[in-house]
Amino acid sequence: MGRIILRNVRKLFGEVEVIPHVDLEIEDGEFVVFVGPSGCGKSTLLRLIAGLEDTSGGAIEIDGVDVAKDPPAKRGLSMVFQSYALYPHMSVRNNIAFPLKMAGESKDVIRSRVEKAAATLNLTDYLDRRPGQLSGGQRQRVAIGRAIVREPKAFLFDEPLSNLDAALRGQMRIEITQLHQTLKTTMVYVTHDQVEAMTMADKIVVLNAGNIEQVGSPLDLYNHPANLFVAGFIGSPRMNLISPPPKGHDGAKTIGVRPEDIELARDKGDWSGTVRIAEHLGSDTLFHIDAEGIGAITARATGEYPLSAGDSVWMTPSPDRIHRFDQDGKAIRH
Amino acid sequence: MARAVTARKRWTYTVLVWIVALIIFFPILWTVLTSFKTEGDAILFPPAFLPPHWTLENFAEVQSRSDYFKHFFNSVVIAGGSTLLALIIAVPAAWSMAFSPTRRTKDILMWMLSTKMMPAVGVLVPIYLIFKNLYLLDTLGGLTIILTLIDLPIVVWMLYTYFKEIPVDILEASRMDGAVLWKEIVYVLLPMAVPGIASTMLLNIILAWNEAFWTLNLTAAGAAPLTAFIASYSSPEGLFWAKLSAASTMAIAPILLLGWFSQRQLVRGLTFGAVK
Repeated sequence: MGRIILRNVRKLFGEVEVIPHVDLEIEDGEFVVFVGPSGCGKSTLLRLIAGLEDTSGGAIEIDGVDVAKDPPAKRGLSMVFQSYALYPHMSVRNNIAFPLKMAGESKDVIRSRVEKAAATLNLTDYLDRRPGQLSGGQRQRVAIGRAIVREPKAFLFDEPLSNLDAALRGQMRIEITQLHQTLKTTMVYVTHDQVEAMTMADKIVVLNAGNIEQVGSPLDLYNHPANLFVAGFIGSPRMNLISPPPKGHDGAKTIGVRPEDIELARDKGDWSGTVRIAEHLGSDTLFHIDAEGIGAITARATGEYPLSAGDSVWMTPSPDRIHRFDQDGKAIRH
Repeated sequence: MARAVTARKRWTYTVLVWIVALIIFFPILWTVLTSFKTEGDAILFPPAFLPPHWTLENFAEVQSRSDYFKHFFNSVVIAGGSTLLALIIAVPAAWSMAFSPTRRTKDILMWMLSTKMMPAVGVLVPIYLIFKNLYLLDTLGGLTIILTLIDLPIVVWMLYTYFKEIPVDILEASRMDGAVLWKEIVYVLLPMAVPGIASTMLLNIILAWNEAFWTLNLTAAGAAPLTAFIASYSSPEGLFWAKLSAASTMAIAPILLLGWFSQRQLVRGLTFGAVK
């Protein structure tokens, strides 16, 4: 069981209130991702759950028990750090065995669990090496092995893929997702990369300046952002936010439309403009367009599209894919 | 042409460094050479650099007159004992300062180091009286305590700078892995800090071995270490240079050898953190 509830959690560093007030429920077995820009408090929130920071107020319940005053060792959680945080003076075997040794397990239990974890993560051939002799991806697997071996109530990941190259990141993303499907244990994952958030999460928590902006499934956040911040943060390239909106959108202070929801044409459409830059990605083409009377617009077309810098273009946003926001930045729901 | 200039510069620096090193080492070299001279040769003017007549009589007489090995044993006990005791106190103190600092941590560290600036003679009388009342005068335990206390600021400071170099998230990982504080220190921190701890221990052993003021003032015969052994050869009858030199050579030989074999560690320890 790994149900985590945060009730009115606050955190101050000196006089600075980095987390004013957080209420959040994480169900057993869920893969929850905390996402947000640098400095939004996502790592701090994770560290509060872990017990590496003390709360300034509120309760942190794990399976119904408030653990806010308990040290990390007593919370039954495992953590994977961005820097891997492996013990450099121990072999891979002893790194993975360390939590079991701290728990006082017998040598037989330690040996069998370490070998099982190593087999799961393809580390069997590296058990006698030191971390300094491993590649980045291998070190990350050792860090994950050390986390899974003690069968925690929940796993905490603090930007574990940030130090890896793009190809390895993609591969590890899939491995972590598969691990979640196999273990079915609660996972709380912090990242600033929204691609990781969108592809891995059952539930995304978007944070900004210590506040939760929205909680929901990836597609929920993508299709129904609650406010301007979430609308601009989720989705790559960024949603086009137009303020003041063009004619026909009275009642809204700002409208938003995603680049992929804009249809392009040579001869007619709702908005006209000139292509400033065309980015050819192979699978898609991105156009950065100066739209008349509106400003900079990004549009995405599937595959190769015959437009270049300097060309005139007409844009038509899909009417049912336009998001409307009031003067407080909140989404106007119909 | 560039390569020739570099080689010439290298030779110039090498010669300069050797000259400076010889100047610094000269007193010790002279003492060792004098210890092999007769008393007459030792006071020759102009002085003879090498012994005109090599002899071991000074070493024999020093050993027969006063028990070298007893003083050597005392030095080993107080240098080793004070180093171990200082480490036991300093490791948790340095851990706290490095990994759980408060607003006052830097001030406390500076205050601790500032106590080293005070002349020891300023507290000689109160310390003497305390030792007398606690029956610690002329005891190995008493000397161990005083040497621990006077070198503790340096030990804490050195360990603090080493501990600051250790990534905090490795210690946090051990906490997440279930390690309570003492296990975090014993299984993770100390093994990673071994080079720093070794350098600190070496430096403290040398400082304690060479400490003369307290060892002379707080001992008589029972707990007198090698510093008192040397001082006993400054007699009212006059200075017996050759025997004094022999006593000094016998006193500093162990620590010279230790320093020679551990010079890499010492240099590393003293310069660690100077270059980031």
